[in-house]
Amino acid sequence: MEVEALYHLTIHELHERLRRREVSSQEITACLLDRIREVDPHIKAYLTVAQLEAMSGGQEADCRIAAGRISPLTGIPLAIKDNMCTQGIKTTCASKILENFVPPYDATVIRRLKEEGGVILGKVNMDEFAMGSSTENSRFTVTCNPWHLDTIPGGSSGGSAAAVAADECIASLGSDTGGSIRQPAACCGVVGMKPTYGRVSRYGLVAFASSLDQIGPITKDVEDCAIVLNTITGHDPLDSTSVNFPTDDYRKALVNDVKGWVLGVPKEFFIEGMDPVVEEKVWDGIRVLENLGAVVKEISLPHTGYAVATYYIICTAEASSNLARYDGVKYGFRTSETSDLMEMYLKTRSQGFGAEVKRRIMLGTYVLSSGYYDAYYRKASQVRTCIKGDFEDAFQECDVIITPTSPTPAFRIGEKVQDPLQMYLSDIFTISVNLAGVPAIAIPCGFSSEGLPIGLQIIGRHFEEEKILCVAYTFEQNTDYHKRKPSSPTSQSSTS
Amino acid sequence: MKIEIGEVEHVARLARLTLSKEEKELFTIQLNAILDYIEKLNELNTTAVAPTFHVVSHRNTMRDDEVKESYSQETSLENAPDKSKGCFRVPKII
Repeated sequence: MEVEALYHLTIHELHERLRRREVSSQEITACLLDRIREVDPHIKAYLTVAQLEAMSGGQEADCRIAAGRISPLTGIPLAIKDNMCTQGIKTTCASKILENFVPPYDATVIRRLKEEGGVILGKVNMDEFAMGSSTENSRFTVTCNPWHLDTIPGGSSGGSAAAVAADECIASLGSDTGGSIRQPAACCGVVGMKPTYGRVSRYGLVAFASSLDQIGPITKDVEDCAIVLNTITGHDPLDSTSVNFPTDDYRKALVNDVKGWVLGVPKEFFIEGMDPVVEEKVWDGIRVLENLGAVVKEISLPHTGYAVATYYIICTAEASSNLARYDGVKYGFRTSETSDLMEMYLKTRSQGFGAEVKRRIMLGTYVLSSGYYDAYYRKASQVRTCIKGDFEDAFQECDVIITPTSPTPAFRIGEKVQDPLQMYLSDIFTISVNLAGVPAIAIPCGFSSEGLPIGLQIIGRHFEEEKILCVAYTFEQNTDYHKRKPSSPTSQSSTS
Repeated sequence: MKIEIGEVEHVARLARLTLSKEEKELFTIQLNAILDYIEKLNELNTTAVAPTFHVVSHRNTMRDDEVKESYSQETSLENAPDKSKGCFRVPKII
């Protein structure tokens, strides 16, 4: 086959070719590096391209394959969100405060990918410290949506989703605190999963909101999602919140059959202000599953309307505490204007953090400050119990819950930067999933009239990733949205 | 107004941030808008509801206190903005 087309393929397709020795990992890796050189000046997904490390990773993978030690990720080039520590490769969190940070260790997920022979191509863009829904809060560059270069790729894992959609990697890792894997996956027309809280080790993930953060895959199809999950899930003694709960081969869940399954559709998720085309395409998607024998049932998640408010108390409180470590002493940026220690702290942090990070540190510090704790943080933690209870009640009546991923397709770059609250509301359908800790997957289910992708979200019970994978796989086997590709970025004009 | 500019200055000090005059004014407006929105949680009576701090029921995670290999002093100092004689160096404190 033509070498040029390798970047179009999925993990499982490339694995077959590697296994049959039709292509080497070094050829695939070189092809992807060429692809990045060609299209990334338009997409701007990458913050660091680790060319040398990638080439030597490809070489090591080929040695493994020659020795007969091939596993599903061996030799596959991957992109990593720039908030996961990679030994010897800069990890910036898209922040000035970590602009020169080179971790001396690998995050557990990176170690696991490397142990399987996965090839790390580089680190991709994000909202600074994963705070945002558009990747516009990156301190370094604005990433463009491969489907329309004037629109945002979603966020905060916008680089991870754009790199997969633009074929600048075969798959990527993102992190999801309030929708940061699923919303960009929806915006870019790819598959993104947030596993159950505790399924994937957070060791080496730069912390934003520790009770909500979870790492997950962004891939071209559901089978690839299962393959990456197989590698990254599992107990890790280095993360005390990592769960010691057995994991099976997630590919066993990929069965094209949903007959008799009850799909819960929460009435609170079809709200005023939602783009009619999103509502239409999501319902079309639900009908596809219904025609395959699933049973659609209206359910209620009565506290949905309180999720965004709850989230912005809990996540900012945890962030203000987590980000207290950036003080210019042990690593990262330090201001050059220092006369004493206090001034060094103040100036380092003020120059090192961007506006949205400062805003969230301020809000988090305020809600935790003396006299306000009960009114805000405790109150939000109680409402969190109600939101979690909504899901427990709903799953008495249904197998999975189906909703839109985001209320609109990707919006234009610059459209919401002046209004933080409007930006927060773009996560309205994804946030309650993090508050409850349940797993959810976003898959493409159609396109707007402008050709922008729309995402369907499938939510499961704690530790029932298999069920949402099965429903997603069945949908994919009976539709072709996941096979569509954006037109070449070199032929699109970003000034149109 | 839930939060006045003086309180924004106080919170900034607690968070070890210095804000410009423009930032203080902007944050006062934006934080008030966000706090107004958050106010809707008070519609719910939660007096009998236990708070959730952790979504997956967990007991304390314990392990044996064994000495294991760790990073060398040199590695630990690799990213230091300023160092001297195997230590992190900071501006004078007193």
